[in-house]
Amino acid sequence: MTLSVKHILGTQGLSREDIETILDTADSFKEISTRPIKKVPTLRGRTVINLFFEPSTRTRTSFEIAGKRLSADVINISGSTSSAVKGENLIDSARNLEAMNPDILVVRHESSGAPALLTQFVNCPIINAGDGAHEHPTQALLDLMTIREKKGSLAGLKVAIVGDIMHSRVCRSNIHAMQTLGMQVTVVGPPTMIPVEISRMGVKVSYNLEESIRDVDVIMMLRVQLERQNQFHLATLREYSNLFCLTSERLKKARQDVLIVHPGPVNRGIEIALDVMEGPRSVILNQVTNGVAVRMALMYLLLGGSDEDLN
Amino acid sequence: MKTLIKNGRLIDPANNRDGLYDILIEKKKVLAVEEKGKLSETEENASEVIDAEGLVVAPGFIDMHVHFREPGFEYKETIETGCQSAAAGGFTSVAVMPNTDPVNDSRSVTEYMLRQAKAKGVVNVYAIGAITQGLKGERLSEMGDLKEAGVVAYSDDGRPVMNNELMRRAFEYSKMFGLPCIQHSEMLDLTEGGCMNEGHVSTELGLKGMPTEAEDIMVYRDIALLTKTGGRLHVAHISSGGAVELVRLAKAKGLPVTCEVAPHHFALTDEAVRGYDTNTKMSPPLRTQTDIDAIKEGLRDDTIDIIATDHAPHDVADKQVEFNHACFGIVGLETALPLTLGLVEEKVLTLAKAVEKLTSKPAQLFQLDRGALGVGDVADIVLFDPNAEYSIDVKKFKSRSKNSPFDGWKVKGKVMRTLVSGKTVYSASSD
Repeated sequence: MTLSVKHILGTQGLSREDIETILDTADSFKEISTRPIKKVPTLRGRTVINLFFEPSTRTRTSFEIAGKRLSADVINISGSTSSAVKGENLIDSARNLEAMNPDILVVRHESSGAPALLTQFVNCPIINAGDGAHEHPTQALLDLMTIREKKGSLAGLKVAIVGDIMHSRVCRSNIHAMQTLGMQVTVVGPPTMIPVEISRMGVKVSYNLEESIRDVDVIMMLRVQLERQNQFHLATLREYSNLFCLTSERLKKARQDVLIVHPGPVNRGIEIALDVMEGPRSVILNQVTNGVAVRMALMYLLLGGSDEDLN
Repeated sequence: MKTLIKNGRLIDPANNRDGLYDILIEKKKVLAVEEKGKLSETEENASEVIDAEGLVVAPGFIDMHVHFREPGFEYKETIETGCQSAAAGGFTSVAVMPNTDPVNDSRSVTEYMLRQAKAKGVVNVYAIGAITQGLKGERLSEMGDLKEAGVVAYSDDGRPVMNNELMRRAFEYSKMFGLPCIQHSEMLDLTEGGCMNEGHVSTELGLKGMPTEAEDIMVYRDIALLTKTGGRLHVAHISSGGAVELVRLAKAKGLPVTCEVAPHHFALTDEAVRGYDTNTKMSPPLRTQTDIDAIKEGLRDDTIDIIATDHAPHDVADKQVEFNHACFGIVGLETALPLTLGLVEEKVLTLAKAVEKLTSKPAQLFQLDRGALGVGDVADIVLFDPNAEYSIDVKKFKSRSKNSPFDGWKVKGKVMRTLVSGKTVYSASSD
């Protein structure tokens, strides 16, 4: 099993076959994390570097655990401890790491396009762990894995993605992948948080939460990225919440079997009510579990995916 | 000592000439122009004979918008290297923008630039003085003193004059000196943090957009101010279809408004930004096909008066970074001719019209004693082969910087020789 791409920079351009290979492989890796000894020797002797220029707990930890469960040596370099503070630029940092022969570079960066830039300077595969407002492909893949698990299949499903669409790389990665798999996407939020001409990505646009969730199979709630707003996108958080918070009251308008996903971290009570978040339709924690499996699958596939015994 | 240029197709819009003519040059000036073979003086009397068979002979190109980075940023470009780049691109005159360090907002900086140009530059260099002191947008510069030192226009290019009253006063004040204000039209509060055109491409790439309205609003504001104040407005690097329409309306009303377009704004759309090549990042940004169509219409009906490159050299270190951190701008002098000839190929402009927008028209707008090849005119001349095909290779650029999105492009139209005051300053054969 291999992929047709060398790097995972985004879901844009990933073929249906590649996505299905990743999800199938992730399904088969998931069991490893339930064993008492949660480790297989698959990537023994391989080096994975997590290069995070932006704060992250969940994603970095997930990559680290994924690498370690495959027996890779995982090194974490964060923006605060790296040479970024000394003025060494991104490319110099990457070249220096490249000189130490890593097998995979996992990159998170606040600038859209930063991982793509790095591919010109390093030889090993790069996994984009989130770049600016561009893409966050592993998040979309773990979302899809979770949805597929619960719904059985993906083609034809209707999805509402709700919230700060403009600043969301998760949203963009999901749109590309979902389109490729034949799902229908509606993006929902105030017009100030919906980027121009997004309908050209093949999605519908709605400003009304209640209407847009009426007939969908999946509701994806996005975090309001408070740190990325300037003062003009929002009136008040109170009004945002009044209009776009997924409450149990609003959820009554949705289908009984609707799934609720959220990439985390959650602003409790702002975009999603606590009871909904912890309620039966929420699969937020399943997403986190599947995140490890998806990242294990990607590391495995990018490094050749040989059919050796996973036991 | 006389130089004869024979057998070429002379295109001299200022004198309404387009045909086979021979030109005789003596003492830096055009001594005679006659139909091919009819010059009374023969080759034996000329110390240098240039056979221009198959070539177009035109007044040397004039670029009213270049950044030569000296003083202050000599690692990107100097007046010397910038002039070499100009000569290689067929330009015999350039006007340098004042966003240097120190800013050209005073007589001493203007004099320094012109002195450097005289000592080291192979083409004519004109200076553009700042509208406001230090380009800060707070107080008017000493426009009178700047004019005496030699500037031909005022501009804060690189940034706009945002303050409405200050811009009103700039039009009024500059009127006293008879020189135009060149505006970099961009409402900064609409483009803050932006690094490409706002549209579906910026949405997909997750890059902050710069909407065309940022340009349109300022062009409209300036036209509105100028209607009352008088003075002259020249809109730099027009890029949005809306702004072209505004200039068209202003001209129809008889207002003294002119504008220029840079070749990249009719040669590339924002689709080129996919892949995050920082050589596709400039301000104003690459726009859409709709804007390009409007620009071509504007060129066709002369709403857009001239072509200017906005030659903006940047070192690799300024460009080989994250897209949102990269400097704005590309070098343009050495790609302007083939890109402009693309307009001729597409029948947007006739060859004569394209030459006019690179020569006599800018000379006329900025009152330069250049851009024509009548008897007695300064012998600034370009010879180019409009049919020569080749691939653009940035490594061969004379400019100190190589930041161009056109590297590897297969193009048509090659500068073969450039003469300034009758002297060859660039020759493709010895390149």
